[in-house]
Amino acid sequence: MTDFLDPLPWLIMLPLAWGTLAFVLGPGRGGRLAIAAIALQGLLVLQLAGQLLAGGARVHAVGGWGAPLGIDLLADGLAAVMLLLAQAVALPLAIYARGYFAAQPKGRELFWPMTGYLLAALNALFLSADLFNIYVTLELLGLAAVGLVAIAGGQAPVTAALRYLLATLLGSGAWLLGVALIYGSYGSVSLAILAPLVGADAPLAATLAAALMLAGLLLKTALFPFHFWLPPAHGGAPAPVSALLSALVIKATFYLVLRLWLELFAPLTTVAAAQLLGILGAAAILWGSALALAQTRLKMLVAYSTVAQVGYLFLLFPLATLVPPDAAESAVQGGVMQAVAHGLAKAAMFAAAGSMIVATGRDDIGRLGGVGAHLPLTLFSFGLAGVTLMGLPPSGGFSAKWLLLRAALETGQWWWVAVMIAGGLLTAAYVFKVLRRAFLPVASGDRVTRVPRTLEFSAFALALAAILLGLFGAPLLALLAVGGAA
Amino acid sequence: MSVGLLYALAGAALVAIGLAGLLLLPQLLRKILAFNILGSGAFLILVGLGQRDGGIDPVPQAMVLTGIVVAIAATALALALARQLLDLSGRMRLPEDGPDAGAADD
Repeated sequence: MTDFLDPLPWLIMLPLAWGTLAFVLGPGRGGRLAIAAIALQGLLVLQLAGQLLAGGARVHAVGGWGAPLGIDLLADGLAAVMLLLAQAVALPLAIYARGYFAAQPKGRELFWPMTGYLLAALNALFLSADLFNIYVTLELLGLAAVGLVAIAGGQAPVTAALRYLLATLLGSGAWLLGVALIYGSYGSVSLAILAPLVGADAPLAATLAAALMLAGLLLKTALFPFHFWLPPAHGGAPAPVSALLSALVIKATFYLVLRLWLELFAPLTTVAAAQLLGILGAAAILWGSALALAQTRLKMLVAYSTVAQVGYLFLLFPLATLVPPDAAESAVQGGVMQAVAHGLAKAAMFAAAGSMIVATGRDDIGRLGGVGAHLPLTLFSFGLAGVTLMGLPPSGGFSAKWLLLRAALETGQWWWVAVMIAGGLLTAAYVFKVLRRAFLPVASGDRVTRVPRTLEFSAFALALAAILLGLFGAPLLALLAVGGAA
Repeated sequence: MSVGLLYALAGAALVAIGLAGLLLLPQLLRKILAFNILGSGAFLILVGLGQRDGGIDPVPQAMVLTGIVVAIAATALALALARQLLDLSGRMRLPEDGPDAGAADD
């Protein structure tokens, strides 16, 4: 294989190129180009996954320079799973967005360029092999995401975008401080070079750096109690944007927490720190679900549901830290499975919610009557996504929670089981709150209009993928098992 | 005390000032300035701690150059959004509500 056709750099170059081209084409244009390009990116990730399964982790030296002078791109199993998730969510959402912005033009001017840059930053982040490169991709991702929150204009979205921007800048500032301390201690930022050095000797500065970087990432992942910026930002943006942010952007920082915890800072991890992350996760599950139940606006409900579902991701840390390798493997698989399942299901849920809002003309759970009769496929998609979030079999969410439960029982930490069950029940409560309203007849004076079929089918495709993940999750776990750089 | 360490300590002080400003000042323009002070502090730590064996290490300098570009982009976006908020609401500050307040209103 020649260097030119290597999928790794193209996964970053392609979205940059089509994003820029969409900007040059003019306001609101470039949707068809984006869909074709994201499909191509999906094929590239599949090719990459094939390469990984056949030959192990891969490194690409950008421009032939290589570390330490140049930039290395690294693809291992975890990175490939996240890349796969990103393209698998982005493709149906791009098709959805074309229909959505045709019906609801507010914010369509800059959607395609910003989405291109967002995907480029995401793919670059997943493939980064050094701490400073991760800093740059984190900032690119944050700026693109903030821009997307603000595209609809209006006071509430701009306020949400500013709050999000300040939070995300503070998060990357903490990360940069950590990078400075690490470079001062070890004289390198490459993950591959640093890992053995941290294992051999970790001065106080390294521990401080780890704490700073972790805190910055938690702020950006919106883990309780750092979730304050998320609901207004995700709930106020246009539906395709909310879906991209909830499904993918917070997963990127979770991916970094996971990678640092398991690899670079593994020698520094303690049971107490892991339990703390688990407790924050549990609090997020209960607090987020309870607030979701209290919402009157549909998109705010789905946004608070994201706060809750982020909590499940962090349950993996107490289950994977300083425990027998079997249980740790099960916990990590469960956590990653949860990230993928939630990504697909939450994208489906925001997409379906967007269709319902277009159809009823308002964002109000109390006025959803008639949706069940007029948009059965959309409501079915919402319900299917809810099944995944609740963790009912045979969905991907069930597989995730099953793997986490197994790890919890194997390590004797039964209290996390109680949290997961309570979270599942609360999830069921807020999903049924929406379904119950939607099955009522149309209230007098309200109208439910039809929505384009692409809106209904793209949401359904995402929800179906989240269910199928539970039935055919084994290849994904095989890909995840492809180890780090040789 | 080496010069490098002195720079790093000054950087830490700047970071503390910037952090306090970012969290405590209500005015948006001051928040944005505070973020820039925080960033400059981080850059100073990066360059100060990065000097190895008395010689100048070019790698952290290159990183700081990249970081400055990123900080300018972020500042520009923040200013544009703050300006838009001023046009829409007539005020240069974020509404004072608690983390979970305003969830139900628009």
